[in-house]
Amino acid sequence: MKISSRTAQRIAKTLIWASALFVIVILLAIIIFILIKGVPEISWQFLTEIPRNMGRSGGISSSIVGTLLVTAVAVIIATPFGVGTAFYLTEYTREGKVTRIIRFSAESLSGIPSIVYGLFGFIFFVMYLKLGWSILSGGLTLAVMILPTIIRTSEEAIRTVSYQYREVSFSLGGTKWQTITRAVFPSAVRGIAVGVILGIGRCVAETAAVILTAGSALRMPESIFSPTRTMAEHFYILAREGISMEKAYGTAALLIIIIFIINVVANMLINRYVAKGH
Amino acid sequence: MLSVLMLRFNGKNMKSANGACMPKRQICSAVSVLILLFSVSLLSACGGINEAGLIVAGSTSVQPYAEVLSEEYMILHPDVLIDIQGGGSSAGIMAAQTGTSELGMSSRVLKDEEKSLWYVEIARDGLAVIINPENPIQNLTLDQIRQIYSAEITDWSQLGGTNTKIHTITREDGSGTRDAFVSLVMGESSITPRAIVQDSNGAVRQLVADDENAIGFISLGLVDDKVKALQLDGVAATRENVLNGSYNLSRPFLFVALSEPTGETKQFVDFILSAEGQKILMNEGLISPLEGTGT
Amino acid sequence: MKINKEKISGTIFLLIALSALSVLALITVFIFIKGVPIIAKVGFFDFVFGMVWDPGNGAFGIFPMIFGSVTVTLGAAVLGVPIAICCSIFLAEFAPAVLSNIVRPAIQLLAAIPSVVYGFWGLLFVVPAIRNHLGGPGLSILAGSIILAIMILPTIISIAEVSLLSLPRHYKEGAYALGLTQWQTIRSVLLPAAKSGIVAAIILGIGRAIGETMAVIMVLGNAVAIPQSILDPARTLTTNIGIEMGYASGDHQQALFATGIVLLVIVMILNAFAQYVTRRK
Repeated sequence: MKISSRTAQRIAKTLIWASALFVIVILLAIIIFILIKGVPEISWQFLTEIPRNMGRSGGISSSIVGTLLVTAVAVIIATPFGVGTAFYLTEYTREGKVTRIIRFSAESLSGIPSIVYGLFGFIFFVMYLKLGWSILSGGLTLAVMILPTIIRTSEEAIRTVSYQYREVSFSLGGTKWQTITRAVFPSAVRGIAVGVILGIGRCVAETAAVILTAGSALRMPESIFSPTRTMAEHFYILAREGISMEKAYGTAALLIIIIFIINVVANMLINRYVAKGH
Repeated sequence: MLSVLMLRFNGKNMKSANGACMPKRQICSAVSVLILLFSVSLLSACGGINEAGLIVAGSTSVQPYAEVLSEEYMILHPDVLIDIQGGGSSAGIMAAQTGTSELGMSSRVLKDEEKSLWYVEIARDGLAVIINPENPIQNLTLDQIRQIYSAEITDWSQLGGTNTKIHTITREDGSGTRDAFVSLVMGESSITPRAIVQDSNGAVRQLVADDENAIGFISLGLVDDKVKALQLDGVAATRENVLNGSYNLSRPFLFVALSEPTGETKQFVDFILSAEGQKILMNEGLISPLEGTGT
Repeated sequence: MKINKEKISGTIFLLIALSALSVLALITVFIFIKGVPIIAKVGFFDFVFGMVWDPGNGAFGIFPMIFGSVTVTLGAAVLGVPIAICCSIFLAEFAPAVLSNIVRPAIQLLAAIPSVVYGFWGLLFVVPAIRNHLGGPGLSILAGSIILAIMILPTIISIAEVSLLSLPRHYKEGAYALGLTQWQTIRSVLLPAAKSGIVAAIILGIGRAIGETMAVIMVLGNAVAIPQSILDPARTLTTNIGIEMGYASGDHQQALFATGIVLLVIVMILNAFAQYVTRRK
């Protein structure tokens, strides 16, 4: 039985609209559920008090600070190394087998499940280097986790900078260093920023890699050698143990809002980057 | 990789109508502000280079009680920092052995190869076998429970209940609770590999509360009205019955260390063993080694 | 003077690159060093195809976990890919600007949800639904597949959409000029042309599904036996590491690293495939 092209068109159109509708419905189901239950929890008190009684009362300030610090450590370490490596790979080496292998490895490493990084971080940073459960261990683990991604996105951003920029700079007598810093970097910076920001988003949402490296402590961290409990981890523990559903929802809602903002910023940058006409 | 592909595709063909770009200066200043913020928070956090505090790691069963104790202790001694970490009894024992933590928490007795560690019993905890409140069964023998967990009995109807499959829930391998259960109930049999594994008492409890056909085991102190604790050979699972010995599923909560604790660690342990510390534990439903015939 | 600065900056970059790359090499080497001995000890085939995982008794067969990973991911792909592709077609072809400006951020928002929240939501809604209407404990491969399918939607949709949008306009115009309907155009002209990008999107989605840990721990049930139906609980390679890494020592710990090696190999294969497919453009 042959379906007329018009009927096929109608069926296809219905299915396609239906799928879009489905995605929206699912999204609403999850987001609205969390936000409705969680946003009422977010008060000034929630944001500034530390958890008490295992998280049943008080707020999540120590968790917020801990998440920020772990992410900060990860980004501050990973970004210079990642961007520097990307520059080295594009500007100082010739395209060849070695660079292809490096690129492939970076790509593969950025796809490894975060739990494997967690396992590595636990055995290496926490136990072997004796850093213990700390923000430093967690941050280092996350830094290693986002390093390949930053290298890849930075490299991609740098490579798409038109060769003309470099040619002009060299023809004007510029050195390699001057070319990089004054001609290439400014053009590539947005693409690089996108990679870094997405890396930040990944750090904030991460649980598997921090749960056994950053620890599980509820008090306000004193230094980067203190253990802490990130918001994602706190949500996981609260929800699983049934300790306090309200606080769990509040934590989740705050997390989602933060990550969403991060993603929006990244996308704004992608769009502006494209608009520049590369 | 997602971002890489997006950049590649975007860079190649997408034609965007929007011509206005964010001025470079704004980006630079935004980025430098961010870096500044991060550095400031990092530097301020670098204040105390060394003290991470007293670390107590291990059993997720002991963890909530250890947290309550440490909260109280830190109120009494504001200059002391204590951090409680989960991971399971085996993880705690290993952490103590390797020096990753000062104290380890365990909800099972030490194995032979662990006997070289220093340990002290801080409380005793009953082990409750729980089922859903809708489940009509009230009482089982130890052997029946063993048969359920080894999959010799697979249907509730075999025990006089409904005609449905039993959903067995157990804890993870490194759990002290599971170890205690295995040594007290299973004997030579092993838990069926088809059992559902959850990684905390709370998760087990939640599951049993939601599923009419589930059976699990948790800390007696954590039983609430969402689940029903089975009677064992006619004996109800209550704190009193554990105390007087008629309910014999119970296990010790231990604190272990590489060697006898000194200094701050010793003071914390002393606090836990003191009347004050023990009162806190008893209020939470545990049994103190100071009480009755216990141990 | 200029030459010196050149050399210095060159050296600095070299040092930075070397340290970064050596760290990445360290991880790979570390995982291999820790994992290979146990594979050698147990035997490659016994490890990868061994049916019993019982570290307490020295049994280190990861096949049940491989089976779990594969079935859950396959399930996620079967459920998620059609919807994702349809949705990307929607965004690229059917949606009026007003709607696409709502739907696209909506998909961004889906990507912003942390995996633990997905897992929790699945535990609250999907698992009981399966338990009450389909039977079994609810914690099952089906639950895992559903949750993973939702999680990989944003990944596949965004890349597939970009691939469709980046096609030259004359493909479409030519097709319409020949009298094809919109659907015929999509089916016989646009989709095949965007094939490499779409396939890359799907592979990325699959990669994400295989690597997911937290959401899966919460809804999969983590039983060590090989599941016999999609309503049975199961365990994946990632959740196995997640559950046991806190307390594993000695051989057991090595076996977990060996599992990490297996995961690394899987990711590399997926990556190579994705690169092959996109290079063919």
